[in-house]
Amino acid sequence: MKKFLLDLTVRSVDRIHERYVLIKLTDEQPLPEMLPGQFVEIRVDGSPTTFLRRPISINYVDKQANELWLLVAAVGDGTRKLAELKAGDRLNCLLPLGKGFTMPQKPEERILLVGGGVGVAPLLYMGAQMAEMGCLPTFLLGARTGKDLLMLDEFRKYGRVCITTEDGSEGEKGFVTNHSLLQKEQFDRIATCGPTPMMKAVARYARKSETECEASLENLMACGLGACLCCVEKTTDGNLCVCKDGPVFNIRKLLWQD
Amino acid sequence: MARLDVRIKNLALKNPVMTASGTFGYGLEFADLMPLDGIGGIIVKGTTLKPREGNDYPRMAETASGMLNCVGLQNKGVDYFCEHIYPQIKDIDTNMIVNVSGSSPDDYAECAARIDALEKIPAIELNISCPNVKDGGMAFGVTCAGASSVVRAVRERYHKTLIVKLSPNVTNITEIARAVEAEGADSVSLINTLMGMAIDIEKRKTLLSINTGGLSGPAVKPVALRMVWQVAKAVKIPVVGLGGICTAKDAIEFMMAGATAIEIGTANFLDPTVSIKVRDGINDWLDSHGCQSVQEIIGVID
Repeated sequence: MKKFLLDLTVRSVDRIHERYVLIKLTDEQPLPEMLPGQFVEIRVDGSPTTFLRRPISINYVDKQANELWLLVAAVGDGTRKLAELKAGDRLNCLLPLGKGFTMPQKPEERILLVGGGVGVAPLLYMGAQMAEMGCLPTFLLGARTGKDLLMLDEFRKYGRVCITTEDGSEGEKGFVTNHSLLQKEQFDRIATCGPTPMMKAVARYARKSETECEASLENLMACGLGACLCCVEKTTDGNLCVCKDGPVFNIRKLLWQD
Repeated sequence: MARLDVRIKNLALKNPVMTASGTFGYGLEFADLMPLDGIGGIIVKGTTLKPREGNDYPRMAETASGMLNCVGLQNKGVDYFCEHIYPQIKDIDTNMIVNVSGSSPDDYAECAARIDALEKIPAIELNISCPNVKDGGMAFGVTCAGASSVVRAVRERYHKTLIVKLSPNVTNITEIARAVEAEGADSVSLINTLMGMAIDIEKRKTLLSINTGGLSGPAVKPVALRMVWQVAKAVKIPVVGLGGICTAKDAIEFMMAGATAIEIGTANFLDPTVSIKVRDGINDWLDSHGCQSVQEIIGVID
């Protein structure tokens, strides 16, 4: 897929949680085609301690509104600077990068999308794309507490939403892999994104239940283009670049057999 | 339009801007974003005789105005390069230069000899300065005897333009430069990364898998500039300058210090089109200062 370096315009920045902002970007031109699971490398201006671009996954693409949505966890100097953006600001974006999730081929495929924390971000766009082809996704979303669940109204637009929270304040109590859904139903494929321990637990479930599973990794990156080889993950094919060969990998390729 | 063409021995560059090894892949990764034939050369990823997996993750840490890396020369080996990568890059209309590394003078020489046979690769950059590999790499580049031994072995079997990339992690870089010049190097490029370190104080662990790594980016520029100036005065062969160059102004500083050409490295990560901007910026500066040719600024600092 052709990559672009674009100065996109910030349409809005909404603080949807004390640690997270939803940034909506647009452009005078139609935005390039982007696939669920791909990401954007963003140049952060005005943050002296932020030297490299920041990789942010594509949360949603609204074709009608010509908008690209990014869900950003303001955790460091760079992402906190992004959270301070205002409507009308320009943001230099390198996109779309990486390989995304495998999309279902037929509407009747049963796909489970499992996300935790800010890792839920790319699953919204994937679920929305699935819904567009008539394939109803099941989202399984986990968070520490009920108020840490992000964008639930958006997820509910496109599919069934199942929830776990660690404190039991919403949905079932526990981790995503404790959800009763996993005992009751079998899926054709799982896509997961979130903290590594969560994804490893999902991968264990997938192996046990013999379900195809893809996980989206977020190793530290520099170039985003497969040039510097900094973000490698050990795989059955040797060290592969998360930025170019991923970020989405089939778990059979990953050395996660623990 | 000022004249931008320069020569490194028999290697003709349409302009003095090249991209540094390990920061620009094989060029192809950037093809969507900028015209690859718009710059004077592309120095592709470090290549060794045998495939190398490189070091474990994490291999990178962001630092003040720069970054550390300990990639460790991950590459699929020279035979893979010749069979699979060379056919994809040979028709890019610029100097495609291969960075060659090794763990003994013999395997440097064997790797170089295989690349000598590739018609469309007019030069190699010999990497005797990688700080991230245990065997070879910088081990050769920090002593005159080590540097000489590698260049001598390669020079016997490599007949095109031979650029030797020097390490800044030495007491006196001019001695190393003179030693490789004496063995027949056509040019020296400098600097490779400065060995550095960073620590996560909460985890009480270093941020890189092998603890240390090479520092690059604007943080190293003044050091690189000083070394280019020293080396340019010490040798007769052309010097290629690199180390933290992000702008045309940076590039002009290196050329004034004595560099015939320059390489852009880490800045490619910040702006994948930066090399074209630097080329245009050099041209604009020359035009606005009434210079007919880039030659007029090379080495003007005594």
